[in-house]
Amino acid sequence: MIWATVLISSLGCFLLKYAGMAMPDAWLSSPRVQRIANLMPVALLSALVIAQTFGVGQTLVLDARAAGVAVAIVVLLLRAPFPVVVVAAAVTSALLHRL
Amino acid sequence: MNQEVELPDNERRRITRDGVSLAFTVGLYGTAFGAAASSSGLSPWQALALSALLFSGASQFAVVGVGVITSWSLAVTAITGALLLGTRNALYGLRMAPILQVRGFKRVAAAQITIDESTGIAISQEHLGLPAMRHGFWVTGLGVYVFWNSFTLLGALGADALGDPAQFGLDAAVPAAFLGLLWPRLKGRTPWAVGMAAAITVLILLPHAPVGVPVITSALAAVVAGWKSGGAK
Repeated sequence: MIWATVLISSLGCFLLKYAGMAMPDAWLSSPRVQRIANLMPVALLSALVIAQTFGVGQTLVLDARAAGVAVAIVVLLLRAPFPVVVVAAAVTSALLHRL
Repeated sequence: MNQEVELPDNERRRITRDGVSLAFTVGLYGTAFGAAASSSGLSPWQALALSALLFSGASQFAVVGVGVITSWSLAVTAITGALLLGTRNALYGLRMAPILQVRGFKRVAAAQITIDESTGIAISQEHLGLPAMRHGFWVTGLGVYVFWNSFTLLGALGADALGDPAQFGLDAAVPAAFLGLLWPRLKGRTPWAVGMAAAITVLILLPHAPVGVPVITSALAAVVAGWKSGGAK
């Protein structure tokens, strides 16, 4: 099942890239579609941040992950590069797990 | 703009340097992906397959972000999330097609490396003409491909050797990675509103809806906001 997921999502994402490259005058050029596609990552990434920070199955919990993400926000506000943000969150959570 | 002017050697070197350093920085982050994939039960080969075949960071994290895929409904959630996040690459392809003007195998290769970074570097060379844009696209795209895949394998093998992901804080690294991808996109009022609406959607739905449904539902925030004209972009 994991392999099927890997292969189907890979094929689908490749076809999306290829479609843009192969059909220059397709419906994709409509301003409305462009606006939605630009906002799509914002919506999904925000949703994923919340689900991954507070979700365990179908319950909301407050644990070491929330502390890690809080530190990540501080580090982002300090304009740190991406890998630093990820490591800062991981170190925070790892330290809390060890307490 | 866009004319076929000769690309001077010094500009070519600068574009190569910019593209390769961006590729290396982004590639490093493949380590985080490999580790996250491992904590979601993917083998190192499956993690590498995603980096080699899917090759789009946010979509790959969406696949492993649903956790251990134990049911078909989770598989569908993972695939839907990846595709929704991949829609923007179609727009990049649309933008790059008239610049690259490639056919056959070269078009397939170009499509595969059409991502945020290659398109970004290419577009930022617009004032130098088409050859500069093409050079930026290929150097950056191929560079990210090589580094991203190498570091994915490193991260996956490393995490497998380390054991329990929570011990090393990988449970917090995944949402932090999503946050890092989100951050630069939060410019202007519309993106903030969409982000907040999506976050609230998940908080409300998560205790009631099946796993994965809240995240997919949040895509409606982008559709509603994008449907109406105006906004930041």
